[in-house]
Amino acid sequence: MLVAVTGAAFATSASAGAVPSQPVTSSAVAETTGDHMSYREMADTMQMDDTARVGKVLFDQLEWRDGDTGEGRGTWDAQAWYGGDYDKLWVKSEGKYVSTGHDTGLHDADVELLWSRVISRWWNMQLGGRQDFGPGQSRTWVSVGVEGLAPQWFETEATLYASDEGRTAARLKAQYDLLLTQRLVLQPFAEANLYGHSDRQHQIGSGLSDLEVSIRLRYELRREFAPYIGVVWLRRFGGTADLVRAAGGEASDLELAVGLRVWF
Amino acid sequence: MYRSRFNFSRRRFVQGLAGGSLVLGGGLGWGATAGPAFGPAALGGGSAGRASAGISRGAGDETLTGGERGSILRGTDFELAVGAREVNFTGASRTATVVNGQLPAPLLYWRQGDTVTLRVTNRLPAPTSIHWHGMILPANMDGVPGISFGGIPPGETFAYRFPVTQSGTYWYHSHSRFQEQVGLYGPIVIEARDGERYHADREHVVLLSDWTDTNPEHIYRMLKVQSDYFNYGKRTLADFFADVRKQGFARTVADRRMWGQMRMNDTDLLDVSGHTYTYLMNGVTPAANWTGLFRRGERVRLRIINGSSMSFFDVRIPGLKMIVVAADGQDVEPVTVDEFRIGAAEVYDIIVEPKDDRAYTIFAQSMDRSGYARGTLAPAAGMEAEIPRLDPRPVLTMMDMGMGGMDHHGGGSASHDMAGMDMSSMDMDHMKMGDTQAAPSSSNFGPNVDSVAAQPTTNLADPGPGLRNNGRRVLTYADLRTLGGPIDSREPGREIRLHLTGHMQRFVWSFDGKKFSESRPLQFNYGERLRIVLVNDSMMTHPIHLHGMWSEIESPEGEFLVRKHTIVVQPGQQLSYGVTANALGKWAFHCHLLYHMEAGMFREVVVEQGRQSGGQS
Repeated sequence: MLVAVTGAAFATSASAGAVPSQPVTSSAVAETTGDHMSYREMADTMQMDDTARVGKVLFDQLEWRDGDTGEGRGTWDAQAWYGGDYDKLWVKSEGKYVSTGHDTGLHDADVELLWSRVISRWWNMQLGGRQDFGPGQSRTWVSVGVEGLAPQWFETEATLYASDEGRTAARLKAQYDLLLTQRLVLQPFAEANLYGHSDRQHQIGSGLSDLEVSIRLRYELRREFAPYIGVVWLRRFGGTADLVRAAGGEASDLELAVGLRVWF
Repeated sequence: MYRSRFNFSRRRFVQGLAGGSLVLGGGLGWGATAGPAFGPAALGGGSAGRASAGISRGAGDETLTGGERGSILRGTDFELAVGAREVNFTGASRTATVVNGQLPAPLLYWRQGDTVTLRVTNRLPAPTSIHWHGMILPANMDGVPGISFGGIPPGETFAYRFPVTQSGTYWYHSHSRFQEQVGLYGPIVIEARDGERYHADREHVVLLSDWTDTNPEHIYRMLKVQSDYFNYGKRTLADFFADVRKQGFARTVADRRMWGQMRMNDTDLLDVSGHTYTYLMNGVTPAANWTGLFRRGERVRLRIINGSSMSFFDVRIPGLKMIVVAADGQDVEPVTVDEFRIGAAEVYDIIVEPKDDRAYTIFAQSMDRSGYARGTLAPAAGMEAEIPRLDPRPVLTMMDMGMGGMDHHGGGSASHDMAGMDMSSMDMDHMKMGDTQAAPSSSNFGPNVDSVAAQPTTNLADPGPGLRNNGRRVLTYADLRTLGGPIDSREPGREIRLHLTGHMQRFVWSFDGKKFSESRPLQFNYGERLRIVLVNDSMMTHPIHLHGMWSEIESPEGEFLVRKHTIVVQPGQQLSYGVTANALGKWAFHCHLLYHMEAGMFREVVVEQGRQSGGQS
């Protein structure tokens, strides 16, 4: 319903002493109500842009581990992303570097490149590929996964992989930040790997292959820079455990970790 | 708990340097001057005007004194130069964006009925602009680049010219990028044509702001990549055990589970905190103690402006009752309070009547209790009064989530020791929790909206998180009555309903789930009276500013309450106001939290002749 406008409509309540009976010149209107600018032009003129892209590089784990086997190694679990509020390019990587014995070099290392798309309030869908590195024939996978924040603040990733050789795999990761103080944070972490087929070259059996459960205590000197100590429990299952034992290894391992959580 | 973690360097950072202010000469102008500022009734002339802010609190006083009259600009023609200058509030030197070399920018003193001309020259290497906040003026004078005009390129001058039709306290600030965060803000005082309605013997402008040594581009990026970056008041394990002791294990676990299920942080009151902010009063750090003078028995008017980028302040002057006489420049029926919350861009004029020859602290604690701005009212320079402790940090409740009043005792009581409070003086009038009504289906706002207020409260008498039942008489919108009634008494012809939405984790902010880039302009028909209904689905408090036209808040029953330019909507609250679309052209409509605006909580409003209703996008 439109109410007829009269001059009197604006001239009411002069008692306030601040009545906006505003004369607007036609030239003023013409200047401001010209052709509608595109969002891009507008954003440039306003110097304000809610589509601006941002990025982050996070080494969630960058640590040195020492375990029962006496074999020291460096491990990492890192991610980087860049993009807008809906679509981002993600890079994920994890692996270990062994510096002693005949195993010297990269082990169980991989890099994933993913397109990440917001699909709901708390979840992103991630599509891309993963390249493995390390001893033996390196595998290449197609990745399909979800990443997000599960109820009760669990940061969660679940990814399915398929390779051109017909291999399949799955990886599940979850972690949680428990604040002891505003800067002292206890972070439980779990990662499980599952495989559709055994892969003797890589000491992998089919089914649930390995589970890592760890807990890290970090101190955030800055949000971006937090040294930590941690305990890592590794357990291999089924065919994987058999293959590892056959090669002289242990099915489970308890390791101490010292590291840095850094991001920028 | 929170306070005990302040160490020395932290304290110094938050409070700033005693002598910390502008590095260069030239002074702080009215900001640091503890003088009877101006106005026909001001007493004492300039005799006390030499008193400075940083007296006896350390070296470098010379850089603080100043107090040149030039920092108050009067008349009808003004030359304003926007430029850069070095400042030092915390011990670290930084570059600020200033007007005529001053932070805050000079006080502009206008007279109602005059036509003012302001020639603004840009001496920055980047484009700039000045928006006259709260002024009713032609659309092309409003100073919003991309909407009102093209902005002011480096080296160029733009002449603003408009008639001053209103009176009262307002302010001005940059509307370009993050220049407001780094110092481009200043007060406007407009003398009423017929004289002030409320007599005062003396008056001071009190402009609150939030200074940071961190580049605002970096602050925004941190919010986008880790939205709780500046929150050092989150719930810890110790809080959990404290809550278990107070309210039992089952209830504490249920409480945590509920928030965990929603993946919401009940301590996220302000996105940017005292962790990076040093709160300023008239450009002066808490340690340097801005001082405004009075003589015992005088009525002193304080024109309090929140010129901050991201902060809400809870303001009080222990020992003095505050008589609120104007809101956003508009005279109101006097209401006497102990404390009021002032959102970014809001303005309140108060009158105090100090009866003793003693100092009084003007204490403005940030809403999240992470710091405060502080100054002093005193009969002589160099005096100071006790600075109150920060209140317990508030914790949001389910009511703030728009889930109905599950916890009537409100924020703070859950995890903090309230033993020292006089619970007997609780003002239960402030806690009428009725009047909830079901929201329409609004759950389809898309993935970048993390919550919807299922049962928004329409209670305007709720002082908000952290102020409920604090034993003090706290101002609410329900207390305010603008004198003279609404500018337009017609019943609104239509209603525009907008949800204030966002995603805290991703730091995306929007109206109705649409960021500015995804929205179309709201269409107002020239001459129409319409009602805007805001439903705050988010759990943050938002100060919403409509340019060019007044926003006239109504009670839930539709009765006119108060005319404002910036309207604070609490978490989970629904609030409505009338707007008369009497200003042709394009206007900005946005959340006045700077980084919320940047993140998408912005709309264009177009007032056009002869359009049929539309506008809801």
